[in-house]
Amino acid sequence: MPYGPHTADDRARMLAALGLDSVDQLFDDIPVALRASALDLPEPEPELELAARLTGLAARNRTDLASFLGAGVYRHWSPPAVDQLLLRGEWYTAYTPYQPEISQGTLQSIYEYESLLAELVGLDVVSASHYDGASATAEAALMTCRATHRDRVLISRGVHPHYRETTRTYFSGRLEVDEIPLLTKGDGAGTTDLAALERMLAESDRPVAGVIAAQPNFLGLLEPMAEIGGLAHAAGALFVAVVEPVSLAVLAPPGTYGADIAAGEGQPLGIAPQYGGPYLGILASTDALVRQIPGRLVGLTTDLDGKRAFVMTLRAREQDIRRDKAASNICTNQALLALAASIYLAVIGPHGLRDVAALGASRAAELEAALAAVGAERLHPGPYLNEFVIRVPDARTVHRRLLDAGVLAGLVLADAEPDDPALADGLLVCATEVTTSAEIVQFAGALSAVLGHTDIPVAVR
Amino acid sequence: MVPADLRYTNDHEWVRVAGDEATIGITAYAADQLGDIVFVELPDPGRALTQAETFGVVESVKAVSDLFAPVGGEVIEVNGDLAANPDLVNSDPFGAGWMLRVRLADPAQVEALLDAAAYDALIAAG
Repeated sequence: MPYGPHTADDRARMLAALGLDSVDQLFDDIPVALRASALDLPEPEPELELAARLTGLAARNRTDLASFLGAGVYRHWSPPAVDQLLLRGEWYTAYTPYQPEISQGTLQSIYEYESLLAELVGLDVVSASHYDGASATAEAALMTCRATHRDRVLISRGVHPHYRETTRTYFSGRLEVDEIPLLTKGDGAGTTDLAALERMLAESDRPVAGVIAAQPNFLGLLEPMAEIGGLAHAAGALFVAVVEPVSLAVLAPPGTYGADIAAGEGQPLGIAPQYGGPYLGILASTDALVRQIPGRLVGLTTDLDGKRAFVMTLRAREQDIRRDKAASNICTNQALLALAASIYLAVIGPHGLRDVAALGASRAAELEAALAAVGAERLHPGPYLNEFVIRVPDARTVHRRLLDAGVLAGLVLADAEPDDPALADGLLVCATEVTTSAEIVQFAGALSAVLGHTDIPVAVR
Repeated sequence: MVPADLRYTNDHEWVRVAGDEATIGITAYAADQLGDIVFVELPDPGRALTQAETFGVVESVKAVSDLFAPVGGEVIEVNGDLAANPDLVNSDPFGAGWMLRVRLADPAQVEALLDAAAYDALIAAG
């Protein structure tokens, strides 16, 4: 089957069949003012000059920094087999197969992804796949509304601010989103306020469809997920856990603490950090919600000859058939990124994934001790895995000065959560298995210099 | 020929009236058009339906279609057997494949529905 564009002759024959003179007539229903007009684009450049210009732009990226930035996207070692296998041309049709059963290899790769992720999250059903953690979380919120016929969700402020914003965008105009505050003091400071959640669930005139909390939460802290889920269920609401997949090698998976739905960002599974993606939205649910889950589901069956075969199942609910009544507008399944996660998990294995998570936690403990030794204590007392908040007066300035010293000191929380005064002095820092002791020493040393001599520029390393 | 004692809609639902109650399902023609039915989503008992409102969804291997209330009324009972055996809608659409029972809000609505002869003419016309 040729994939070339239509020739002039093809177009002429199609127009003749339609009884039209020009393609423009197909757009007559769209007011002229709304149609795309000539785009203001620069003239084409010779390839040599273009390459030089793009190389110059790329050189502005700081790849020399010792990075302690996480906040939803995490640096991990990806075995070279992952990228090498992804380069195979057979995988490059990442679009949803519309005659799916012809493409048994594509279906098998999606089936493997769903099986691996189901094992990781401990839930029955995984769909493949979504744009990113934010859109998967918003889809999870919509699922709770469809399943309960209620129109309000509660989302913890411990969920990533981008995910909260995306959920609000998806809900705007028709459904309600309320944020559950975080505790500001005590042993649970920085985690979801259970008493506030209980009060919000008790508003009898505003029944809640779903409660959404993250584990670990945006501040790196471990949430009382079983208690949050218990409160949700007691009020007839569903419970959505937003998870980081590598952490599930050492933390309890959502299926064990009563989550009905799990959503999360799949980037840590073999996908390089990239500004703007493409990333991988993970979405999983219990069997009871299988007809509410958007995205592709691939099943295993036997063909007429009794041989193993893969099928795209429950497909009739999707957009290409159900139009505006589809479970979601997801059609681009991003199979290539799901495949990257599958290859990563298959190559690294369950023990390898546990090592990745445990080594990250141990690097983070080393980082905590090194930063505390130079006066930057943690802001919260509760347990964390590999990411935590330190208290640094005038964090924005300190962060900028550390950049001059070759250190990317995580995320300035005054920028990420400007409405939360409890986080005004916070820097959210992270370590993973790729963080080295030398980098930790560099960070602590540079921070010490910045904190001790805030008026003197720090020497670049 | 479809059962003579039922009333029908243009959307291929049927209604069987007994006193102030009506039993509702989809016709054999609709079930055949949909193909193998794999799931039927029905409302909770107690829900008040208005005529022509979407009350549920029927899903086959090739399509998902809304179900429209042929008459208004309160849902008294839904066919729980369809959860485990949705294929009853294919095998016995006018009997064991029934979907819900409602208490009629306005019996006059039934009189406006198609009779068997009119419905036969509708499906004969395709």
